[in-house]
Amino acid sequence: MPSPDEITCRDLVETVTEYLEGTLPAADRVRFDAHLAECPPCREYVAQMRHTVAALGRLPRDTISEDAKRGLLDAFRNWKKRPPAG
Amino acid sequence: MAEQRGRYDSAAVEPPGGDAEILGQLRAGDEAGFLSLVERHGPAMLRLASVHLSRAVAEEAVQDTWVAVLQGLNRFEQRSSLKTWIFSILMNRVRTQAQREGRTRPFSSFDTGAAGEEPALPDERFFPADHPEWPHHWAAPPKDWGASPEDRLLSEEVRAEIHRAIDGLPAGQREVITLSDVEGWTADEVSGLLGITAVNQRVLLHRARSKVRHALERYFEEVD
Repeated sequence: MPSPDEITCRDLVETVTEYLEGTLPAADRVRFDAHLAECPPCREYVAQMRHTVAALGRLPRDTISEDAKRGLLDAFRNWKKRPPAG
Repeated sequence: MAEQRGRYDSAAVEPPGGDAEILGQLRAGDEAGFLSLVERHGPAMLRLASVHLSRAVAEEAVQDTWVAVLQGLNRFEQRSSLKTWIFSILMNRVRTQAQREGRTRPFSSFDTGAAGEEPALPDERFFPADHPEWPHHWAAPPKDWGASPEDRLLSEEVRAEIHRAIDGLPAGQREVITLSDVEGWTADEVSGLLGITAVNQRVLLHRARSKVRHALERYFEEVD
């Protein structure tokens, strides 16, 4: 039976972003870590969230279409010809 | 490395000289400098505009933004970063255009209710509150993602799944996860651009990430 100051798995799942972003108050962080130490499924959950965030940060970059690039280069050349707008 | 970015390597795409160097290039009429700026921010601008506009209209909004950036360049006073300034011009255009089109998808500033309203996982994943031994502990714990989830997450199929998951998010969550996690913007930059509080930024990011993880969990369960 969990003691009253322990957080539940459900609490952990709802505070994982604050934990990973480093915005969880220190006391809550201690409780979070204490729960993790005892709970393999929650360790797996946090690991999956970390993997998810890492994968999001490594999505390949879209490229700009050649058409769009050409249009923008034209706009840039036109802009160069003009005196600075007031 | 050049194609990677996000919070772990956003520095890889920023020029060493920063805004001052880019501004110097633009004002000197350096075409390569302009194109590299377009390549650096264009894709994220299109993703952000596409949250609220159809693809064709979003492309137009991005093109118009670049023209407005050039026209406003001599008035830009570097009170904000060049990036923030460009994206705020974009967001203004997107808002105007979305209103014109009668699109109703709410912007992040209207999509920030309390976190508890929308749990990260369905209730049945946890034992109920009155469970005699394990209230609110896992009833259906997450299954592991195999020996090397890092590698699996780099596959084309999984990346397509991640894009599908992002595209299925409500507008505000899509904006925040795109800027924060995909583009690697700081929390302050994101909340500043979207006009939301730091707390709301984290709430939206939390919901968005939780759903993307959940989508990946379902995907791995299907293929395993």
